[in-house]
Amino acid sequence: MMASHWIIAPVVLPAMLGAFLVLALRHDLWLQRVFGTAGMVALLAVALGNLAAASSGPPQVYLLGDWPVPFGILLVLDRLSALMVALQAGLALAVTVYAVATGWDTRGRHFHALMQFQMMGLSGAFLTGDAFNLFVFFEVLLIASYGLMIHGGGGARLKAGVQYIAFNLVGSTLFLTALATLYSVLGSLTMADIAVRAAALPAGEGAMLRVAVVLLFLVFAVKGALLPLQFWLPGTYAAAPGPVAALFAVMTKVGAYAVIRFHLTVFPETTAAIGPMVETLLMPAALATLVVGALGVLGARTLGRAVAFAALASMGTLFTAVALGTPQATAAAIYYTLHSTLAAAALFLAVDLVRDRRGGDGLDLVAPPIAQGGLIAAVFFAGAIAMAGMPPLSGFLGKLLILDAARGPVQSWVWSVVLVTSFLTILGLARAGSLVFWKAHQSPAEPAPHPAEPWAFAALGLLLAGLVALTVLAGPAMDWIGATADELHARSPYLDAVLNARPVAQALPPEG
Amino acid sequence: MTLPLIVALPFLGALLPGLMIRAGRTPCALTTAAFTALALLGLILHAPAVIAGQVITARIEWLPQLGLAASFRLDGLGLLFAGLILGIGLLIILYARFYLSSRDPMGVFYSYLMLFQGAMVGIVLSDNILLLLVFWELTSLSSFLLIGYWKHLPEGRQGARMALAITGGGGLAMIAGMLMLGQIAGSYELSVILEHRVEIQSSPLYAPALVLMLLGCFTKSAQFPFHFWLPHAMAAPTPVSAYLHSATMVKAGIFLMARLWPVLSGTAEWFWIVTSAGLITMLVGAAVALFKDDLKAILAYSTVSHLGLVTMLLGMGTNDAAVTAVFHIINHATFKAALFMAAGIVDHEVGTRDIRRLGGLARLMPVTFGLTTVAGLSMAGIPPLNGFISKEMMLEAAVHTHWLGGPWTLAALATLGALLSVAYSFRLVGRTFLGAERHDYPHHPHDPPEGMWAAPALLVGLVVAIGLAPMAMTGWIVTAAADAVTGQSLHPHLKLWHGLKPALVLSILAVAGGALLFAAHGGAARAWAALPRLEGKAIFDRTTAALAAAARRLAEGSHDGALTRYMAIATVAMVAAGVWAFATGDHAAGTRAGTPIQPVALAGWTLLMVCTAATVVAHRLRILAVLLVGVVGLMVSVAFAYLAAPDLALTQISVEVVTVVLMLLALNFLPRTTPRESSVPRRLRDGGVAVAAGLAVGALTLAMLMRDFALPSVADYYLANSKTEGGGTNVVNVILVDFRGYDTFGEITVLGIGGLLIYALTETILRGGPANDRLLSWPRDRERAGDRHPMMLVVATRLILPIALMVGVFIFLRGHNLPGGGFIAGLIVSIALVMQYAASGFGWTQARQRIDYHAMIGVGVLVAAGTGVGAWFNGLPFLTSAYGYVDPPVVEEFELATAALFDLGVFLTVTGAVMLTLSSLSRVAVRAGETVATRPYDTDPRATQTGGH
Repeated sequence: MMASHWIIAPVVLPAMLGAFLVLALRHDLWLQRVFGTAGMVALLAVALGNLAAASSGPPQVYLLGDWPVPFGILLVLDRLSALMVALQAGLALAVTVYAVATGWDTRGRHFHALMQFQMMGLSGAFLTGDAFNLFVFFEVLLIASYGLMIHGGGGARLKAGVQYIAFNLVGSTLFLTALATLYSVLGSLTMADIAVRAAALPAGEGAMLRVAVVLLFLVFAVKGALLPLQFWLPGTYAAAPGPVAALFAVMTKVGAYAVIRFHLTVFPETTAAIGPMVETLLMPAALATLVVGALGVLGARTLGRAVAFAALASMGTLFTAVALGTPQATAAAIYYTLHSTLAAAALFLAVDLVRDRRGGDGLDLVAPPIAQGGLIAAVFFAGAIAMAGMPPLSGFLGKLLILDAARGPVQSWVWSVVLVTSFLTILGLARAGSLVFWKAHQSPAEPAPHPAEPWAFAALGLLLAGLVALTVLAGPAMDWIGATADELHARSPYLDAVLNARPVAQALPPEG
Repeated sequence: MTLPLIVALPFLGALLPGLMIRAGRTPCALTTAAFTALALLGLILHAPAVIAGQVITARIEWLPQLGLAASFRLDGLGLLFAGLILGIGLLIILYARFYLSSRDPMGVFYSYLMLFQGAMVGIVLSDNILLLLVFWELTSLSSFLLIGYWKHLPEGRQGARMALAITGGGGLAMIAGMLMLGQIAGSYELSVILEHRVEIQSSPLYAPALVLMLLGCFTKSAQFPFHFWLPHAMAAPTPVSAYLHSATMVKAGIFLMARLWPVLSGTAEWFWIVTSAGLITMLVGAAVALFKDDLKAILAYSTVSHLGLVTMLLGMGTNDAAVTAVFHIINHATFKAALFMAAGIVDHEVGTRDIRRLGGLARLMPVTFGLTTVAGLSMAGIPPLNGFISKEMMLEAAVHTHWLGGPWTLAALATLGALLSVAYSFRLVGRTFLGAERHDYPHHPHDPPEGMWAAPALLVGLVVAIGLAPMAMTGWIVTAAADAVTGQSLHPHLKLWHGLKPALVLSILAVAGGALLFAAHGGAARAWAALPRLEGKAIFDRTTAALAAAARRLAEGSHDGALTRYMAIATVAMVAAGVWAFATGDHAAGTRAGTPIQPVALAGWTLLMVCTAATVVAHRLRILAVLLVGVVGLMVSVAFAYLAAPDLALTQISVEVVTVVLMLLALNFLPRTTPRESSVPRRLRDGGVAVAAGLAVGALTLAMLMRDFALPSVADYYLANSKTEGGGTNVVNVILVDFRGYDTFGEITVLGIGGLLIYALTETILRGGPANDRLLSWPRDRERAGDRHPMMLVVATRLILPIALMVGVFIFLRGHNLPGGGFIAGLIVSIALVMQYAASGFGWTQARQRIDYHAMIGVGVLVAAGTGVGAWFNGLPFLTSAYGYVDPPVVEEFELATAALFDLGVFLTVTGAVMLTLSSLSRVAVRAGETVATRPYDTDPRATQTGGH
């Protein structure tokens, strides 16, 4: 029984649409906008359809080129990959609407095509079941994200862009080294096959496999901005165009997704050669990331950097949950992934609205009140509450879930770090917000007029509505996520689905 | 009315004022009040059942996985607090209608106020402690908004942040405490937790949970040493001070201590921490209040002091003390809210609330004077007012408590507290209203409209009524609440006359002493001013400033854009992690035999290493460095050829040529040399890191080369099935376009995006700005070749073009079976085209062709993807290939494979990306002053003008 072609649609659709935008629509911004936005809507629809399909059955496998496992490349649609694609598509729709509404897409060329290629890269990375193919799609999303990051130009942005691409190319080099090592030991690139082979590793080969695995996780740590490989993040996020920074909220999640996937499905703790190696490294790094992020929020010089550091801290929180390693903690991590993506994106959009009206986001900058200041302040306040993990929004629930999942010897560490850093984040965001939004009222000047941009606020509202839904429907959401975490920890649904997948042609009668 | 609805009503009410303000200030206030009144009505409907001893509950599941439910309970304690919150809330809404000036955004104010009210009602009605936490932090947030309501005042902003930091921070500690409590009891439901007194108190987690939870309560209820935020919260409009910071929010901590009293109290830890903190707070607050000159500051510190009093009572752990605490909560709420409103009236009407500028207002503002006097005397504990009764009961409880060294210590200190309280109450009333009338009030003082004094008047009425008939007025609610606090059935008797007990003596002492102290205030104030003391706000400000500065140094300092440092740290981490992983693993040395060193190989590797070393030495000379890197690349392609990988060799060599050409073009617009920016130690450090990484990768590669696959690799399958399944004998190409065609699909997209990106970047640069300015003023004095487009080169490239295109086609077509393919063909064709551009210049050449490179990339990706999609129509997955043999007349039989179509997509994308990059760089050149050639070959126009070289 062949899986449906819808599985690959999230890759093929944006790839072809992106190419079409370049080929035929590159001279007409309105057509680009119409097709770009419609493409995001279509992608979201496909992603939701896939999500429904993944929820109601075992993982589905799509054998590209119809080659038997493990010789071709394959895609796996399971609950987690379907969820991530849906998250990415929803975020991208909001970002696209925002970019159109604020005119960001006019500040440089090929914005919509790059957005589509970015979608292709993200979907490909989430869906792939092949380690080398993951590398390929990391490249796709990296190059597209670099294009988006330097969209609009400007000295500071180009400088941060060079750092972003340079640092990530080091990650790419490392990825190739890791894959070469992995292949030289195991002789396969299909993730499920790697898992089986790693468990059956002959004696004397463990050290090589460990090197491969540790390098692989370091690559994911670069993507996920885990200490000490996080340096690229604050500058990149703060310098990127607002909507792009918002989209990047899901980029770090690719790293987190890869860690979850490889840690739970491919190289679990039970693999004799590997053991608890990943947790051993992950937990201290995650807690340190959290601390550095929170300190950054408190010490930031601009609103944008404060939010960027908050995004860094949220990665620390997320990886802390991942490092705990229990199904309960994994569920908390997945919930937190959804939450922190939406919260960070909303904040970056709010910061963009501020920058646009205030002429900068420096905290020392003395500026009069801004147009639509009350609404923007409210949006920022809501986003900041979510980001800092204050009630009543999902950040609080996410943190409670993580704290509740932290049992045993790590409990005191996790609890103290998470709570103290929450405190620092609250202090920092309250300071930044009050300097930007309240202090302006010391000036008697009236706000400079600015277009109302209702659709920009609608896009932001969409993200905040996502946070509210995640809060109100936390119970049903956690039921679903809990089942996802159980599926990941059980491993067998994924592995069986891949290892038992058969090419279509084998089922067809031979041609005459 | 269900409990969730009662809690929800204020939140719903928070949505409306922002809209209703458009209808006017009074409709706005009335709408707001309607929601509060409705919630209060709902509460009152439940009151008879609750007073009869019932506990009303309601439950909505929220996050069962965590044990978080929206479950509510209404018992006596909840009824008392919810009644206070909603009742006083109603009065505050009325008062604020008249207090706020027309410049203040009233809608926003009411929205915040209702948000707060809902959160507060939520706290007192929660049955789930996690839900309680949600509401708890919500009160911190809404209080932050309310304190900072007057955004233009720096003290408002600072006060708001400080309040949020202290109460929000305490809330975080409480999260940990609550989670521990829940872990001990096995549930987060209060109704369950309250049943587990023994388990909780005997648990090893009891002490940490207690401390964490008390941190939350003490910060919220402004207990020493966290009290200092409260006076600074007085920057808020007076209705807020009256509501949040005297009557309700600051009592949340006290509420929680009362709520958990049955399971937490009675231990030595509880007694010592809570009683001591309460006592110290009571004394410190009262002492500071005596020496403040701002009416609201006096009231703020007095509030601190009274909160300490209630805390102390709860700490004692006896039933009598608990009853007294409950009773005093009611009394304090009535007289203190009235006093705050009165202070607001004075501020509003006179224009100042500094008592040094007041005095003599009794005749000018008789109503306000009367209200303030009655409420102030109640605060001082003068009979027959309600403050007197609870003070008597407090002293009575103190007399019966042993604390720190003897039976009388606590009683003596409590009396001191009462004495100070009398003194500052007298001072408050006396210095504001008595004495001679002044002539320098900022405004002309007069009583406010009825609407403004109605609310305090109602409260003052209660002060008197409760004092005269305590049992009739409050007996029912005190009994219900005290039962709920203690978990027992108590029968408290509240009465004005307690008989001749020690408490009465202490009370008389306190009043007499307080009066004397008021009389001698001048001397006392001088003594107080001479005392060294710690200013909480100053310490807080210094601490947070130091923390922020340290955070800035650490976080911003380490993320300052120093890429080399980032890279060095990352590289060290990678090497260290790799070495650690290897060292802790199980390793057997490789078994392959080494190959003997061949002279050719030795020469090649030596050249490779020399060039690499030369690149390091010469990296500042950029063109030389690019050429050296090119040599390294060529050596790598030679190595591929030598090691029998012709496909790789062909790819590598064409990639190398294209990149070196493009990089040289780009370097044309960059400085020729890289400046020296790093010191010698820095270079040594970086060199060390680089060498370590190189050695590590080298060792890893060697280890890989010296061993076979641990498990059989998938490569054999490709070798065996390339022809039969993939239709080609060149395994490398079949892997690229078929077995792993999807990877290639991704990679050509990368290349295409790269081309687009360079184009977009160029567009941005050329649109104006510093980079464009630099190009426009690009120095033209460099040495140039005299003939810009030499005829020899033009002729040669023209001749080569058809041949090169033929080679491209040939390489493309044979790719499936012999070394070649779309990727290499694309690069070869690109090189041929690049040569045309090099020979005659971009402008001249571009004018003679019609293909748009954007379109080429678009078509390439579409063709590749379309080929993949084609398989769907055969019911096969994306990129499934098909092939067959056709035998047309004239020519030989040849193979047609869909893979070739896919490869065409690869070819187009590669060519398009390279050419688009070239075209982008040419645009930069034109902007930098390069002129378009008008003939296929020419000399440098400037060289000609100056007569040539």
